[in-house]
Amino acid sequence: MLKKIGAVLVVGGGVAGVQTSLDLAESGFKVYLLDETSSIGGVMAQLDKTFPTNDCSMCILAPKLVGAGRHPNIQLITNAEIKKLQGEAGNFEVTVAKKSGYVNEEKCTGCGICAQKCPIEVIDEYNEGLGVRKAIYLKYPQAVPLVYTIDRERCIGCGTCREVCKADAIEIGSEKETVILNVGSIVLAPGFDEFDPNLKSEYGYGRFSNVLSSIEFERILNASGPYGGIILRPSDGEIPRKIAFIQCVGSRDAKIGNNYCSSTCCMYAIKEAVIAKEHNPQLQCTIFFIDARAYGKEFDAYYDRAEGEYDVRFVRSRVSRIEERPSSSNLIAKYVNDKGPVNEEFDLVVLSVGMNPPKHAEDLARVLGIELNEYDFCSTQTFSPLETSKPGIYVCGAFSSPKNIQESVAQASGAAAKVAGLISQEKGTLTTVKEYPPEREVSDEAPRIGVFVCRCGINIGGVINVPEVVEYVRTLPDVVYAEENLYTCSQDAQKRILETIEEHNLNRVVVASCTPRTHEPLFRETVRDARLNIYLFEMANIRDQCSWVHMHEPQKATEKAKDLVRATIAKARLLKPLPKPLINVTPVGLVIGGGLSGMTAALDLAKQGFEVHLVEREKELGGNLRHIHYILGSEDPQQRLTSTIKEISENEKIHVYLNTELVDVTGYVGNFRTTLNCNGERKEIEHGIAIVATGAHENKPTEYLYGVDERVVTQRELEEKLAKGDFEARTVVMIQCVGSRNDERPNCSRICCAQAIKNALKIKEVSPKTDVYILYKDIRTYGFKEDFYREAANKGVLFIRYDNENKPKVTQENGNLNVLVWEPVIETSIPIEPDLLVLSVATIPNPDNKRMAQMLKVPLTEDGFFLEAHVKLRPVDFATEGIFLCGLAHSPMFVEESISQACGAAGRAMTILSKETLEVEGAIASIDENLCVGCGLCVSLCPYRAIEKDEKGTARVIDVLCKGCGTCGASCPKRAIMIRYFTDEQILAQGLAALGRTPHD
Amino acid sequence: MTKSAFKPKIVGFLCNWCSYAGADLAGVSRIQYPPTLRIVRVMCSGRVDPVFVLEAFRSGADGVLVAGCHPGDCHYLSGNYKAQRRILMLKKVLEQLGLEPERLRLEWVSASEGDRFATIVKDMTEEITKLGPSPLSVGGHFNVKK
Ligand code: FES
Repeated sequence: MLKKIGAVLVVGGGVAGVQTSLDLAESGFKVYLLDETSSIGGVMAQLDKTFPTNDCSMCILAPKLVGAGRHPNIQLITNAEIKKLQGEAGNFEVTVAKKSGYVNEEKCTGCGICAQKCPIEVIDEYNEGLGVRKAIYLKYPQAVPLVYTIDRERCIGCGTCREVCKADAIEIGSEKETVILNVGSIVLAPGFDEFDPNLKSEYGYGRFSNVLSSIEFERILNASGPYGGIILRPSDGEIPRKIAFIQCVGSRDAKIGNNYCSSTCCMYAIKEAVIAKEHNPQLQCTIFFIDARAYGKEFDAYYDRAEGEYDVRFVRSRVSRIEERPSSSNLIAKYVNDKGPVNEEFDLVVLSVGMNPPKHAEDLARVLGIELNEYDFCSTQTFSPLETSKPGIYVCGAFSSPKNIQESVAQASGAAAKVAGLISQEKGTLTTVKEYPPEREVSDEAPRIGVFVCRCGINIGGVINVPEVVEYVRTLPDVVYAEENLYTCSQDAQKRILETIEEHNLNRVVVASCTPRTHEPLFRETVRDARLNIYLFEMANIRDQCSWVHMHEPQKATEKAKDLVRATIAKARLLKPLPKPLINVTPVGLVIGGGLSGMTAALDLAKQGFEVHLVEREKELGGNLRHIHYILGSEDPQQRLTSTIKEISENEKIHVYLNTELVDVTGYVGNFRTTLNCNGERKEIEHGIAIVATGAHENKPTEYLYGVDERVVTQRELEEKLAKGDFEARTVVMIQCVGSRNDERPNCSRICCAQAIKNALKIKEVSPKTDVYILYKDIRTYGFKEDFYREAANKGVLFIRYDNENKPKVTQENGNLNVLVWEPVIETSIPIEPDLLVLSVATIPNPDNKRMAQMLKVPLTEDGFFLEAHVKLRPVDFATEGIFLCGLAHSPMFVEESISQACGAAGRAMTILSKETLEVEGAIASIDENLCVGCGLCVSLCPYRAIEKDEKGTARVIDVLCKGCGTCGASCPKRAIMIRYFTDEQILAQGLAALGRTPHD
Repeated sequence: MTKSAFKPKIVGFLCNWCSYAGADLAGVSRIQYPPTLRIVRVMCSGRVDPVFVLEAFRSGADGVLVAGCHPGDCHYLSGNYKAQRRILMLKKVLEQLGLEPERLRLEWVSASEGDRFATIVKDMTEEITKLGPSPLSVGGHFNVKK
């Protein structure tokens, strides 16, 4: 066998690829992150908002992109594709072809002068063709890496960019390169492609200018989009009053071969309608749909709000055709409702396009030797959702099935855990840990400030009189040195800063240039190299917030720049070196719950060599999986259960505690201490992280004669019968949404539609003559599960829709069961006499969740499931660091989804367990115990539970948990709390100096 | 000072994660706005102590802008809600002190709202220009209404 390699190739720089890369790099692996375009970010970087929280997509994504771009162990390889693969799991050799962007990545500072001067305008793909960019361009303003690219197909070779580029970064002559990478494993995260709406010619996309794709509309909604966030019609720039959204364009469509459901379109259409209404409350939004697939956590609540609060109109009908009224460019939607055919006029039509596999899926599969499924998505199995058909190659995100961001992110962390399991011995072999010289003690010295003012080519220097600013700065107190630079961020400038610090014995450094959000880490590293503590550095933003926004007022911009630099210097004078203490990590995991999720998470951690305590309150492992006897398109779940339990018991790293409950949890990330009650005996364990995998329950219904008539059973009970072979019935009725999507439990239980169809198909298999009726609200067989829905319909399973106003009536008459159901198409109630009535009941949270949540200090949703730190980007984390979440404890989900999340939780946990020590942030709160009166206000305000009271009743900050937001500091009535690096004195000095005052004036 | 020559001085406390990023985007997009604002970066709008605002006014600011993430978007979960409560209270205090509450603004600006940020600065500048210099910036004192 070849020697294993501690490096990983991640293919695709969308949110999933970025998450995998970050998790792996944080756990000690070298990562090559490859993207076929010029920057990472993927589709999420194009979105305006995300459902169901309406978070600004860029706000939440950008910090991750910057993190990946700056991580010492992540190397970005853009404009690249894979050409060849050799080797085996643990040791692959990958040949990558890298196109030139014709701009030197090291030299380009991203200043953008080239694009401003470039004479060629080109259609902008990022804005979906609705805007223009230049032939030399950045994919989007916040792009990572911040390097311009020349579009050679459009470039006319005029050489203007080369002339204006002060950094000398343009390399028009450079050509394709071949890069050979040696890696232990590969993660595929190439995402998806949008369905091309031109293929549905009946909707007139491409012919009628007011028919848009959903992603185009997303750009229009965005404040940095083509119309600056104002919703306008492309045909005439008028404000539309009536918008139609058409669902399932390119999904659930046998004619074009996309039989599957794209899983996300219902939700994103609702989101787009809601956001559009927020832009313009007068707007009328109509969504034409077949089934409203709001199946995820809290999705139905969002759907209800769209209908109730935002007045979005939902029409259950397929639009057959769109026609244009030439005079007005308005559009006529043709559809049928219960009264007959309708022609309705709209100003704008948005097509909710589905997800296709990525364009190059077939090439990728051929080169890597992996299998695709019948729709050209990556083929995976129910019990191994993150594994491709080739060992050592893993997959996450939409490439394995259409899915939303939260599921992609959970899978991304899961794929990272899989990789780590494969090459765990090689952890840390290829990563670099930068060594710094010891810090110089400066606390006793008077401030000696050095100021570097950047011209940023002509970006700053072309507007602001930089020499004048430098001259001015020299007159300010404590400034002992000031100079200007062409690009303060360039490599040679770093050297100069370093030498200047030494030469002038500087102990504070200020750079006046662009934004700290992108450049602070770079300069901090430089001052650290010069033996200064990183918190002795501060930045003034005189480009993004000055020269660029006052381009036509050079004099005022110069005055403002002086104010800003003076203010920053005023703060810098008060800067103090801050410690970044290290805390030790106990490399042991605690997994709470021994069902499928818990077992999976425990195994994934153990495979990486970590010790794991697996706690189960029942007398055996297995949880809900014990009741699942068959799964469509999967191996036998019971066999799988047996083999998993065997694997657990044979793994000496895993300690299983049955009949065991948690009694108490204390400590914090890296250092938890938990008391268990095992069979009445107390036991204490120490661990660095905890994973909550406590599962959920099948609800016992109280309606439809359940418990009264024994012919009324739940789906699980039916499955039990079918598995035991004692099923016998001529007519079966199934009722969906029993106890879900009602007033008491507004949300969907997600799994029941597919469960009902699974059992219906099983009935048709064992007893083809049996009639099966499924009474439903919406059939929510998202993704490839749609195939089973179609199969069931083809096999004669009858689907009848009902809604809350017309719920089925179940009675007992002369010993017979009678179900009366309103049939909306023929508008009559039809009676059915089943010999078996099967209820698809809700999945309800574990009643013990409350106690558990209190003990772990983590929150629950209104429904009583556990609440993650962030719906989209931290789906398996809790806000409390070191505690993670997976499986049914999170929300109802299928086996493959539970496994993905469990691996995801293990992947997130490994980023902590892989470190011997954790570095604590220096810019955090600290409390002066002499001033604290113990009122406890800060304890209750802290969103991270990072403040506690000690024995004396004084508040104390738990350094590791504090994130430095400063909310406590702003509320303390005794001003006993100091927020380091943002102290009251520092902020005041900065604010007042900006006004030309000092605090003592 | 004549009203037309008056250029207000505004201090802005912007949260790092959304609003400061939105202000950066205004720059990246080259959206022009009047040079009246001086930005102080804080990590979260929840960090903004009422004292900062009062001191800024006392030191001659004609206006103070506090900007944070949209409700629900706060990087630290709920800091912006806390800011909202404080600012509401502060506006009352300002009135008591004889300052127009319009001189203090709380706004939600996301990282993709460069345009919105510029509009806010324009609006605020216009509004305060109409109000004229802060009574404190022309040498006045807080004048507590009884
Ligand atoms: S981080 Fe922006 S308001 Fe809290």
